[in-house]
Amino acid sequence: MKHLLSAADLSRPEIDAIWELAEEMSEVQHREIKKLPTLRGRTVVNMFFEDSTRTRSSFELAGKWLSADVINVSAKGSSTSKGESLRDTVATLDAMGVDALVVRHSASGAPAQTAQWVRASVINAGDGTHEHPTQALLDGFALGRHFRASDPDFDWADKKIAIVGDLTHSRVVRSNVLLQQTLGAQVTLVAPPTLLPSGVDTWPVEVCTDFDAVLGEVDAVMMLRVQRERMAGGFFPTPREYTVGYGLTRDRLARLRPGTAICHPGPMNRGLEISADAADAAQSLVLEQVAAGVAVRMSVLYHVLSGETAATGGSKERRSE
Amino acid sequence: MNDPNKGADVTDLLIAGVQLPNGTRTDLGVSGGRLVEPAQLSRPERIDAAGLLALPGLVDPHTHLREPGREDAETIESGTRAAARGGFTAVCAMANTSPVTDTAEIANLVRGLGEAAGHAYVAPVGAVTKGLRGEELAELGLMARTGVRMFSDDGKCVHDPLLMRRALEYVRAFDGVIAQHAQDPRLAGPGACCDEGEYSGRLGLGGWPAQAESVIVARDAQLAELTGSRVHVCHASTAETVDVLRWAKARGINITAEATPHHLMLSVAEVASYDPTYKVNPPLRSEEDITAIRDALADGTIDAVGTDHAPHARQDKEHAFTDAAFGMLGLETALGVVIEAMVNPGLLDWAGVADRMAYAPARIAGLTDQGQPLQPGSPAHLCLIDPTRRTRVDREDSLSLSRNNPWHGRDLPDPVELTIYRGRVSYRR
Repeated sequence: MKHLLSAADLSRPEIDAIWELAEEMSEVQHREIKKLPTLRGRTVVNMFFEDSTRTRSSFELAGKWLSADVINVSAKGSSTSKGESLRDTVATLDAMGVDALVVRHSASGAPAQTAQWVRASVINAGDGTHEHPTQALLDGFALGRHFRASDPDFDWADKKIAIVGDLTHSRVVRSNVLLQQTLGAQVTLVAPPTLLPSGVDTWPVEVCTDFDAVLGEVDAVMMLRVQRERMAGGFFPTPREYTVGYGLTRDRLARLRPGTAICHPGPMNRGLEISADAADAAQSLVLEQVAAGVAVRMSVLYHVLSGETAATGGSKERRSE
Repeated sequence: MNDPNKGADVTDLLIAGVQLPNGTRTDLGVSGGRLVEPAQLSRPERIDAAGLLALPGLVDPHTHLREPGREDAETIESGTRAAARGGFTAVCAMANTSPVTDTAEIANLVRGLGEAAGHAYVAPVGAVTKGLRGEELAELGLMARTGVRMFSDDGKCVHDPLLMRRALEYVRAFDGVIAQHAQDPRLAGPGACCDEGEYSGRLGLGGWPAQAESVIVARDAQLAELTGSRVHVCHASTAETVDVLRWAKARGINITAEATPHHLMLSVAEVASYDPTYKVNPPLRSEEDITAIRDALADGTIDAVGTDHAPHARQDKEHAFTDAAFGMLGLETALGVVIEAMVNPGLLDWAGVADRMAYAPARIAGLTDQGQPLQPGSPAHLCLIDPTRRTRVDREDSLSLSRNNPWHGRDLPDPVELTIYRGRVSYRR
């Protein structure tokens, strides 16, 4: 695996391999001494063109626990404002000889473009309203553990997952839909019509604008963050009305089947899309997701960088166009 | 505009055995900047045109030449050389330069630089509003006195309906036309960069719905009817716009429209690569839209081809897709694309090409010296083409200063052998 740009790039065996190693890594997480020598001498650059404390720390810990040299570049506003093109910015870091670029950008497609311009491996750490493949991998990892706890031989094809919230502006939903398509789970997207992506009828999902209609039949609900500023865009009239229609309220929590997993990629707007009762419920995987994030990203870094080691012993041709 | 004596010092030309758009074969004489009977020529240079077709010099109603202001991306000299290579003898230079062409002085500057270069006639398009800000009318009348007939805020929509009404009314006094960049700025705001639909949703790019174009076209058609004025629709890109144009024309409204070569052939699927070369405004559309635009150009609902040639320096394109500049090159490849998209599938014959790429755009832009039939007495603006010749497009092989060529690597007709502007050879392969 040279790059990880989209959840659609991952085959089922690749997903399983990433999760298998992530299981091992999550054991390391609980040791007193967490450092493994695996990526010693390799360099990972976290290029964050957009602020994200949680994803950046997660990648940073993942790299450090594997003994890679990790540097963080906060490139926010440093590109177009200085007159430097994205290509120049990423090519500059690439020229220093780094092994992996972890790219977060407010513009959809920036990591895919970067991969065309650099020699290093590129990991998409969230691009605009497009994708966030490591988030989908960690969501699936946490969900898989949850399902396995009650049925060690569970089949993804028997699982129903509802993803609820601001789907139009969510990179999490796109990666999850693609990953779950490969796994075979049945996904239902739930949102008011104003927050359903264009062309959602062509996605491999069910679409429903009535949250209550799906509550009792799902094995997991993924609640997505709803930004209050969406109100200004007229996507919904008030936060109160949104919560009544689409929030995981105490009342809806009570109507979930027992054991239905609750996920949220964070940061949560408690009281808006998710009630405190639901966020802190026994079946909430919110903190498991965060923990899984580091383990999954350790595994992804390993797969991306070790693949590169195996493929290239010596000099590599520069990919310029 | 055309000084017939200008060609007097040039060798006469005898274009022998050339086919005309109507299918007849003939010899054409060129002398003194005009087409003449071959018998009137004195010691002409003979151009063997057996197997070649003559078209009237092509007229582009929609070109961005970037000068003044962004001479690193294109100059009037380089842009008109590219135009001549594409078979064009006149281009309408859009007003979104720096400074904006919103005064008679800038209009004269642009026209003068075109005359100095001498590769094709450069007709400055005047801004509708000062600084393209959409707030108050530019000095339309003073620009008209220098010869400007077409006015456009292209790149921006004249969105204020009252301002649009006034502009339409005002230019009626001098038979001007408002060329509208139809984009409702609320329905398709600054983040809109991808045809709204399956691709925008999947790629997470700001959607640009078809209706953001067609609602403005519908409004402007009705304002043209109200004011008895003439409106021209720039770069029509959607089936919905075609529907509105059909309705408006059937009603007798004085409305014309152009389609770009890229909207005749490239679909939104290109955007899946996030390659900013394919970022253009209005965006590349669906296959259904492409079919509708082709059919409309074939039946005359869309009157003309306009290249929307939009050169950009590399540093303005090599950004994230949403941050990169809008626009793509078009002058050198336009005729090849029209042949591939319209002539080869049987949608348009050569007379139709002459109309959509020369007669109609000249009429729309008010260029009386251009877009004339190839017969004795007409100004000698023409191109000779080999419709069967093809090439793999190479963006480095270009007379433009920019390289944002969406046709790079594609196999296309490469027809233009020779272009004659004011009786002189302005391009020879």
